[in-house]
Amino acid sequence: MTTLFGVPVQALLGQLLVGLINGSFYALLSLGLAVIFGLLRVINFAHGAQYMLGAFVALLLATKAGIGYWFALLLAPLIVGGFGALVERTMLSRLYKLDHLYGLLFTFGLALTIEGTFRYFFGASGQPYAAPPALQGAVNLGFMFLPIYRGWVVIASLAVCIGVWLLIERTKLGSYLRAATENPVLVQSFGINVPLLLTLTYGLGAALAALAGVLAAPVYQVSPLMGSNLIIIVFAVVVVGGMGSILGAIVTGYMLGVAEGMTKVFYPEASNIVIFVIMAIVLILRPAGLFGKDA
Amino acid sequence: MKRVLLSAASVAALAAPALAQVSDDRVRIGILNDQSGVYADFGGQYSYQAALMAVEDFGGTVLDAPIDVVTADHQNKPDIASNIARQWYDTEQVDTIMELTASSVALAVQALSREAGKITITTGAATTELTGAQCSPLGFHWAYDTHALAVGTGGALVEQGGDTWYFLTADYAFGYSLEENTGAYVQQAGGQVLGSVRHPLATTDYSSFLLQAQASGAKVIGLANAGMDTQNAIKQASEFGIVQGGQRLAALLFTLAEVHGLGLEAAQGLTLTESFYWNRNEESAEFGRRFLERTGMMPNMVHAGTYSAVLAYLRAIEAAGTDEAEAVAAKLHELPVNDVFAQDARVAPNGRLISDVYLLEVKAPGESDVEWDYFNVLATIPGDQAYIDPAESGCSLVTN
Repeated sequence: MTTLFGVPVQALLGQLLVGLINGSFYALLSLGLAVIFGLLRVINFAHGAQYMLGAFVALLLATKAGIGYWFALLLAPLIVGGFGALVERTMLSRLYKLDHLYGLLFTFGLALTIEGTFRYFFGASGQPYAAPPALQGAVNLGFMFLPIYRGWVVIASLAVCIGVWLLIERTKLGSYLRAATENPVLVQSFGINVPLLLTLTYGLGAALAALAGVLAAPVYQVSPLMGSNLIIIVFAVVVVGGMGSILGAIVTGYMLGVAEGMTKVFYPEASNIVIFVIMAIVLILRPAGLFGKDA
Repeated sequence: MKRVLLSAASVAALAAPALAQVSDDRVRIGILNDQSGVYADFGGQYSYQAALMAVEDFGGTVLDAPIDVVTADHQNKPDIASNIARQWYDTEQVDTIMELTASSVALAVQALSREAGKITITTGAATTELTGAQCSPLGFHWAYDTHALAVGTGGALVEQGGDTWYFLTADYAFGYSLEENTGAYVQQAGGQVLGSVRHPLATTDYSSFLLQAQASGAKVIGLANAGMDTQNAIKQASEFGIVQGGQRLAALLFTLAEVHGLGLEAAQGLTLTESFYWNRNEESAEFGRRFLERTGMMPNMVHAGTYSAVLAYLRAIEAAGTDEAEAVAAKLHELPVNDVFAQDARVAPNGRLISDVYLLEVKAPGESDVEWDYFNVLATIPGDQAYIDPAESGCSLVTN
C-alpha cells in the first residue's frame, strides 16, 4: 500500500473526509457568529448555548410531541431564532450604545445561565437522539465507511452557508443590513426600520446555531455541555477567518476542520490546540485575519 | 482561692470532651469533585447527596459532635482542586476530603493532604498510583481502580477470544493507567496490543480516532476514557459500522449513569465492570430506591462508594474516640467494612479497599422491564483477584 509520511494514503483520504465533516459544523457555527459580529458588532458568547438549545429543542420535540427530525430541522431554528430575537429586543439592544465588552459579558452570562438551567434539569450526561431512518446506515467508499448521515451534514451545511452568503451579499435585504451597519442613522432616514433589522439579524444568527445543533444531535450526545466544548474553537475559526467576514468564516471553518483532522493522524495529543496555534500564527502575520479587511 | 480552683475545674470539665475527642467541636467532610464537566453525572452532586445520606444514616453526630458535609467543583483541574483543599484545611476546619473524581486531581490532593496531616478517601478516581508508588499513610482508595477494571472487562473479553487490542486513550494520568493495566492484563492472558491513540479530555468528535482503530484490525477497541467521552465514542463507533465490521468495543470505565445517558439502544451488549449494582440484592435495591427518590438518579459505584467511605470514616472516628487523623487512619486500616456497598471487605496496608467487583452486561431494551434495570450480573470477581496484591503494588508502606 502506498504511504505518505508513514500513513497509508487510503487512511489519509478517510481522515480528510472526516476533517471536512467536522469543518461543516465549524463553518455553520462560525457563520452565525460572523453574521452577528459583522452586522451588530456583538461578540455572541451565547452561540454555543444556542447551538445546544437547537439540539435540545429537537430532542424535546421528538420525546414530548413525537415530531421527527425533518420538522425539527425547520422548527428548532425558528423557535431558537425567535428566542434570540426576544433576547435582542428586550435586553441586548440596550447595550449597543455601551462598550462592546458589555455585549460580550451579557451573552457570556446568558450562556452560563442557559447551560446551568439545562444541566439542572437534564444532568450532564445528556440524552441520545436517533438519526432519521432515511439517513441511517453507511456506504463503503473503498477507503472508508462513510455514515450516510455525515454525508448529509456536509451537503446541508454547504447549502446553508452558500444560501446565507447570497442572502447577505446579493439580495436587497442583505444590502439594507450591510448599509445599516455602516451608517444606521442615514439608513433610518430613508425610512428603513434599523432596530428591526438588527433584531432579525440576531435571530438569524441564533437560528443558524440552532440548525447546527439539530444537525449535530444524532452525531453527538445531546448534552448541556455540547456547546461549551465547541464554542472556543468556533471563536478561533472566526478570528482566523477575519472578524465579521462571512466568506472568511465559511472557508476557514472547512480549512481548520481538515487541519485538525490531519493533526489527529500525525500527532493526536495536539489535536485540541492546533487550531489555536494556527490562530496565533495568523494573528502575528495578518492581524485582521485571512479574509478580513485591514482596518 | 477555692473559687479560682472551682472555676478552673469547671472550665476544664467543659473543655475536656472537646479536647480529648473532636477538633473544633465538629466533624466536617469535604466532597470535592467535578460538578459541571464531563464527570458531573459519574460523581458530581450525586456523590455529595450520597455523603449526606451516610451522615443521616449514621445519626448526624459522632462522639457527640455534629457532622457536616461541604462540597465544591474542582472542574477537573488539579490546581483549582489544590487551592480549594488548602482553603478547606486552613480556614474552614475541614477534617477530610473525599470523592476526588479525576486521577490527576486525586493524586494532587492526596499528596497535599498527607502533608497537611489529613485523611483522603478517593472514590471517584481510578489510577492505581494512589495506592501504588504514590501511596500515603492517610490516603485511602474505595470503589474501584484501573486494575479492577482491567481484570473485569479486559479479562472477560480476552476469555471470549478478543486477543488483539487497540486503545483509544484519554490523554492524562487516568487514561495512561487504565491503558497500561489493561494492556498488561491482555498480554498476560496471551493477547496482543496492536497500538493506541491518545485523545484530549472532552473531545467531541472521535471519528478520526475511530478510523485509526478500525484500520488497526484489532478485534477489541478498548476505550480507556470515561464519562461523556466514552458515550460519544460509542455513539460514533456505531455510525462508522465498527461493531458491524466485527470489532468489539470495550468501555473500560462505564457506569450506570453513562448507560442511562446513552440509552439501552446504543449501549446494549456492552460488557463493563462496577463494584456496585443497585438491583443485585434486596438491600442494594432498597438503598438504590432511597437514593433515586432523593436525587432522581440511581446510584453507580462512585455514589454508593462515597456513601460507604463516609460511613467507614465515621465508624473509625467512633472506634478511635477521636478525629485525630493518624488514630482514625489506624482504625480505617483495622476495621472490616460491612455496608450496602461492600461486604466483609478490608483495607489493605497500601490503603486499598479490597471488596468484590461485578462483571456486568448491558441489557437489550426489551429485556429491561423495570426502569434503571440495565445490567445482567455475569460474574462476581473477588476483591483479592480484582485488586493488585498490596505487596506488589509498589507502595513503600507495605512491609512483608
